[in-house]
Amino acid sequence: MDILKFITAGSVDDGKSTLIGRLLYDSESILADQLEALHSSNRKNDDGSIDLAILTDGLKAEREQGITIDVAYKYFQTDKRKFIIADTPGHIQYTRNMVTGASNANLAIILIDARKGVIEQTIRHSYLVSLLGIQQVVVCINKMDMVDYSEAIYETIVNDYKALAYKVGLENIKYIPVSALKGDNIVNESDKMHWYEGKSLLHFLETIELKIDDSTAHARFPVQWVVRPQTEELHDYRGYAGRVSSGSFKVNDRVTVLPSGFHSTIEKIELLDTEPTEAFAGMSVTIHLKDEIDISRGDVLVNTDYQPELSQQIEADLCWMDTRVLDTSLTYFVQHNSKVTRCKIQEVLYKVNINTLEKEFNEDFKLNDIGRIIIKTAEPLAFDPYQINKANGGAIIIDSRTNVTVGALMLRGISE
Amino acid sequence: MSTHKLDYLDELEAEAIYILREVAGQFEKPALLFSGGKDSITLVRLAEKAFRPGKFPFPLVHIDTGHNFAETIDYRDRMINRIGEKLIIGHVQDSIDEGKVVEQKGKNASRNALQTVTLLDTIAKHGFDACIGGARRDEEKARAKERIFSVRDEFGQWDPKRQRPELWNIFNGKIHKGENVRVFPISNWTELDVWNYIRREKIELPSIYFAHERDVITRNGQLMAASPFLNMDDEDIIERRNVRFRTVGDMTCTAAVESYAFEIDDIIDEISESKISERGARMDDKVSEAAMEDRKKGGYF
Repeated sequence: MDILKFITAGSVDDGKSTLIGRLLYDSESILADQLEALHSSNRKNDDGSIDLAILTDGLKAEREQGITIDVAYKYFQTDKRKFIIADTPGHIQYTRNMVTGASNANLAIILIDARKGVIEQTIRHSYLVSLLGIQQVVVCINKMDMVDYSEAIYETIVNDYKALAYKVGLENIKYIPVSALKGDNIVNESDKMHWYEGKSLLHFLETIELKIDDSTAHARFPVQWVVRPQTEELHDYRGYAGRVSSGSFKVNDRVTVLPSGFHSTIEKIELLDTEPTEAFAGMSVTIHLKDEIDISRGDVLVNTDYQPELSQQIEADLCWMDTRVLDTSLTYFVQHNSKVTRCKIQEVLYKVNINTLEKEFNEDFKLNDIGRIIIKTAEPLAFDPYQINKANGGAIIIDSRTNVTVGALMLRGISE
Repeated sequence: MSTHKLDYLDELEAEAIYILREVAGQFEKPALLFSGGKDSITLVRLAEKAFRPGKFPFPLVHIDTGHNFAETIDYRDRMINRIGEKLIIGHVQDSIDEGKVVEQKGKNASRNALQTVTLLDTIAKHGFDACIGGARRDEEKARAKERIFSVRDEFGQWDPKRQRPELWNIFNGKIHKGENVRVFPISNWTELDVWNYIRREKIELPSIYFAHERDVITRNGQLMAASPFLNMDDEDIIERRNVRFRTVGDMTCTAAVESYAFEIDDIIDEISESKISERGARMDDKVSEAAMEDRKKGGYF
């Protein structure tokens, strides 16, 4: 059994929390005491049925305001698969939360209100899903009960969305007409939309084959920690502990250490008492090399034949996540896997108006803004373009005054 | 080129090991909060996978309410002996003796809430900048929103509205002096995942997790172990029942469930079909719907 991580993009008005609640409720993933709390809550739908959105609204402030502020993680499983849902808010002031949730998702559900069709926020959500490189998208056209389960309305929205998908560069899209409130096509197939020949949302989530892009990319192993027991019997033991971020390493593979550029060969791979001959993307192991090289946290082992870019001046997409505006005169930290170094945002090339997708050139880079920048780093970063290798192309900006994470970077390439 | 995909337990394990190593790499003085419960026992196993044959780059810290199940303390001491790592104990009794906290009165008195003060004092005394805990997001609604690296101010407070964005697998552990970070390596595990992992890894647990005969009383609809620590009166009727505990906390706030699950396979079957979530067996969450959020803001684990 594997794990599918997905994000739900939509706003409160689209019934996003209701959709998640419905998935959990109808797949019987709610336990008795939670159900009891649900039934005893004062919040009810207009028709008196229980408000399933309560299942995902975690914080007091959210319950008071009736909106989702932060990313909430929900877990459920069926016979086929385990699921982790990142439930993120849809309003524009929470763009950073959606970016956060999207950064770890294999799949995105984009919700569209059947009464409204493709609107500004649909454009925004689709753009973000594309920017964060989520490869599989499900468009749920929700509230079909409120448009008399009309096939014509559904078809119009699907066609409108196809045009948008082309514009933002999304492929692999599945369309499903649903009513989260009534439960149509969420877990159980609807008997009110015979014109729809596909399966339910849950069926799709259970059966979609995951693209395992991390394991087909080139081999990268950021070193997190050097294991050196320095005891008498293990005097010369020196293992490099880390997690394979992409690709795969085998014993006897030639590797290069970056940024230093030294070469060596893998002598042994360890995981506690076992010695696997191969370590692939996602595995946490300890690697031993045949040569004694000075390697420490922040270095990365890569396949010698397929090396990443190595540069101190990099073009990147940036999502700004702090209330203080980006200051191009300020020195920040950049964290890329286990590497942390100082940096400056040397130049803002443009911002993207994420509602219209038009470029803007004049304004400050503010909270939730997204655009293209050039970053200059104190030490070189060994990275791959994010579009090719997410695991080695993402980085964060940290404000050196507050220590807060203020930006998400999708590295694109060396800036000439 | 390979097309491997990890099985879910391997994926969860690899993620937790990765997080533990990030703690080791990013902090000067981390600690692992060890309660003797199955989640922190799982963390110890994961730490062995992360750092052996080296030593753990952190001590284990046990906040001891003094109202323990004897089986837990026995387990703790044997385990420390086996793994050869350092154990630091913070005693709630010391906080009471120093006048920093006052023992609760009444029938439902518990030292559970007092632990927070002892924990914060222990953190301050040893200068810990990161505390690793076994909390999971599936336990409770507030926890579902907490980050894996959760920054606390010098009062140990969690501010849900000021959480740092946490992107990809990049964890920002930078903090100011006086602040510390709570780190939750098994955030993404469910209760069932933990049990399946314990079975797969053949990890020994304190015996109270398995069905046994015990004197219990029924209070607020829950079975509580009869003990000198529980304030009882004539209305409390002691019965001998077959029970087990789903969590291991302070004796005064950890409820038992009726059970005939003597082996781990029985427990996994029981949980798979269970109709009560794990925290449902903790009286401290029953107070109000916002109970956990309020306690976390106050520096609880």
